[in-house]
Amino acid sequence: MASIKTLEILAPGPLTTVQDCGRFGFGRFGVPRSGAADTFSLRIGNLLVGNPENEAALEITVVGPAIMALANSTIAITGADMQPMIDGQPIQMWRSHLLQRGGVLSFKGRRSGCRAYLAVGGGISVPIILGSRSTNLAARFGGLDGRPLQKGDVLCSESPAAHLKGEGATLDRALIPFYDTQQRLRVIPGPQRHHFSDAAKELFLSSRFKVTPQSDRAGIRLAGPRIEAIQGLESSILSEGIAPGAIQVPGDAQPIILLGETVTGGYRKIATVISADLPLSGQLTPGDSVQFVEVSMDMADTLVREMEGLIGRFRNQTGLYYLAR
Amino acid sequence: MLYTTPRYRIMGDRSLLVELGDHIGIDVNRKVRELFTALRLAPLEGVVEAIPAYASLLLIFDPLKVRLPLLQKHIQHILETLDPLSLPESKTVDIPVAYGDEYGPDLKWVAQYHGITPDEVVRLHTAHVYHVYMIGFMPGFPYLGELPKALVTPRRETPRTMVPKGSVALALAQTGIYPNPSPGGWQIIGRTPLTLFDPAKTPPALLQMGDQVRFFAIQEEQLARWQA
Repeated sequence: MASIKTLEILAPGPLTTVQDCGRFGFGRFGVPRSGAADTFSLRIGNLLVGNPENEAALEITVVGPAIMALANSTIAITGADMQPMIDGQPIQMWRSHLLQRGGVLSFKGRRSGCRAYLAVGGGISVPIILGSRSTNLAARFGGLDGRPLQKGDVLCSESPAAHLKGEGATLDRALIPFYDTQQRLRVIPGPQRHHFSDAAKELFLSSRFKVTPQSDRAGIRLAGPRIEAIQGLESSILSEGIAPGAIQVPGDAQPIILLGETVTGGYRKIATVISADLPLSGQLTPGDSVQFVEVSMDMADTLVREMEGLIGRFRNQTGLYYLAR
Repeated sequence: MLYTTPRYRIMGDRSLLVELGDHIGIDVNRKVRELFTALRLAPLEGVVEAIPAYASLLLIFDPLKVRLPLLQKHIQHILETLDPLSLPESKTVDIPVAYGDEYGPDLKWVAQYHGITPDEVVRLHTAHVYHVYMIGFMPGFPYLGELPKALVTPRRETPRTMVPKGSVALALAQTGIYPNPSPGGWQIIGRTPLTLFDPAKTPPALLQMGDQVRFFAIQEEQLARWQA
């Protein structure tokens, strides 16, 4: 196995970071999961280029970077549609392509979604820190020196040549997620559901919330009707562990969908986005609206099994899985 | 109070919050630590993350490997057979702090709020041994308690957009240390030169739940010596 220079960042875009499926097992030290905000797109991207699903890739936010290949590489773009191009020619998303040495990957502009993923055959070779290659921006570690990519950064991959025969792998069009600007997210009631009146819960489920520009990798901040906790309760609860997808309602009564950067918190959580819809939360963009739909735990369980089944079938179907290092 | 039977709360389809009490107290926190330790010694299949806090333990699991009812049954069984003697010994850590001036911009305000001198605040803050209830909010941030009653102080009305690394701060009955620069609303009374979180180290955090902490005052010119 050799680590080879594969990509040079010509222009980084506003926020491009290295992410894998996240950091697990260090919550007791206050270390959050980090990782791709949309793990579905990351995992499919990796499978398309013959990587294990958890390999590190680039998470691209709203505006695409310009990247030059330093070696022949297999790449795939998944997630948000930012109209990717190789040497100025549009390329299909959710499909693996050969990016020849000297070729330039760029993006024409965002059409839907918030975060695109660039997976590279052989992954992104950065050190594994606390079990993951993901970038933790707040604590400044992981990924590439704990920071977003900059112009001039050079990234390496493990034996990219071993992945070249994977070119042309494609995800069935019917399986490509649709990032609606009027999104519906399915939820199950949260751990402090009893801190909200029936009227407040009803309002939460019947309203459309706007995604505000203050949203980031830590959380999707929403604006809409005030979701008030029952009067007479303390302003906060005892800090407790947080699972991604938890929807907290702080003192300003405006919900926040927490993604993977929050390890503990002391605000009430009215609901939790189900696992099957969590990747869609990572694609919410300021200006979009979102409505929450309550489902049962059984339904949530069925849906996550369906999603995992789909990914599992794709893993087998591509056969690329077996090329992984 | 310490619940006689735990309350199980669901945080999504892949996480279970085990609530063992409803207050900040050594008894509940010890129980959390016992449950957490038991799960570390004999990990349950499918549990991918465990986050202990003041009075609860959050378990994140892989729903393809374990289902909620079975997980809950396992936890119930562990709780019923917990051995209080199995806790690892906790350590006591002495933490140097340069109090006041540029390192503790809220020290004077805290003193005024309580009608005492800044020196008295420092004396009170350094006179107690604190229990590490949990590490959370950000990597390596210890929630320490409890402050002497004379130091129980509200949060700042307007949080700071940036609190420097190493800041030692107060909020209500808690004191804590910011391991990295971060926005924050706690009252900052001093700064420690110690590194609270280093991802390259094992363990990555200086403090762990259950440890004991004592602060001692140092002069500004001593800061550099501790940083080595």
